[in-house]
Amino acid sequence: MSSAIDQAFGVQARALSVYAKRAEVLAANIANSDTPNFKAKDLDFRAVLDQARQKEGASVAMTKTSAGHMNVSGVTGDFTTKYRTPLQSSLDGNTVNSEVEQANFAENNLKYQASFSFLNGTIKGLMSAIRGE
Amino acid sequence: MSLFSVFNIAGSALSAENVRLNTTASNLANAQSVSGNEADTYRPRQPVFSSILQEQAGTGAKTPGVQVTAIVEDQSQPIRKYSPGHPLADQEGYIYMPNVNPVEEMANMISASRSYQNSVQVMESAKELMQMTLRLGQ
Repeated sequence: MSSAIDQAFGVQARALSVYAKRAEVLAANIANSDTPNFKAKDLDFRAVLDQARQKEGASVAMTKTSAGHMNVSGVTGDFTTKYRTPLQSSLDGNTVNSEVEQANFAENNLKYQASFSFLNGTIKGLMSAIRGE
Repeated sequence: MSLFSVFNIAGSALSAENVRLNTTASNLANAQSVSGNEADTYRPRQPVFSSILQEQAGTGAKTPGVQVTAIVEDQSQPIRKYSPGHPLADQEGYIYMPNVNPVEEMANMISASRSYQNSVQVMESAKELMQMTLRLGQ
C-alpha cells in the first residue's frame, strides 16, 4: 500500500517532517534566549533527512491500541542535533543569538511552505489522475 | 507531530518572560518604598531561568523549554539616607531605601518584552504552518 503513493510523494513528505522538527529545535533556542548556560542547537538537515529516509518502513513510536492499527513509516524523534558555534560569547554562557535564530526560523518556515507546495501539487496531480477529468 | 511541541516550548518562554516582567514591575513600583529599619526594606528580586527538557511521548527526544526555578532577592545593603524629618526615620534620623537601579530595571523590561514578542511570533508562525498542513490536498 505504501509503495506507489508513497513514492509519488517522494522526498517532500519526509522533508516536511524534518522542517517541522527543525522548527521545534529553533523554537527551543528562541525560548531559551535568556537562560544562563544554554547552548543553542540546530539540525544537520542533510544528515537528518538521510536518517529519515533510511527509517522508511520502520515503525514510529505511535501507540497501537488495537491489533487492527497499521504501522506508520516516517520520522521519529531521535534526531541528532549539533551545537552552534557562537559568534560572540556572552557572560552568562548562553550561546543563543536571537537574530540568527529568527532568521533561521523564517528560512525554515519558507522551506516548509515550499515543500508543502510541491506536495500539494503532487496531490492535486494524483487527484486529477484519479478523477480522469 | 513536532509542530505541536513548538507551542509548549514557546508557551513556557511566554510564562517565564511574564514572571520576569512581573518582578521588574514590582522592583520599579517599590523603588521609592521607604522603611524605618534595614530588615523591612524591600529588596529587588530577579527570576532565575533554566531549561526544562520536555520529553516527547515515547520517542525519547528532548527539546528544552524554559522555566523559572527561583526568584532571588538582592542581598546588598539598602541605601541609608539621612532624613530626620521623615516620619519613618529611626532614632539616628536615617531612613532605608531599596537598592533598585531604575536604569537596570528598564533595560530588563525591554529585554523581557522583546523575548516575549519573539516567542509570540514563533507561535504565530507554527500556527500558520499547522493550518496550512490541515489544508493539504484541498
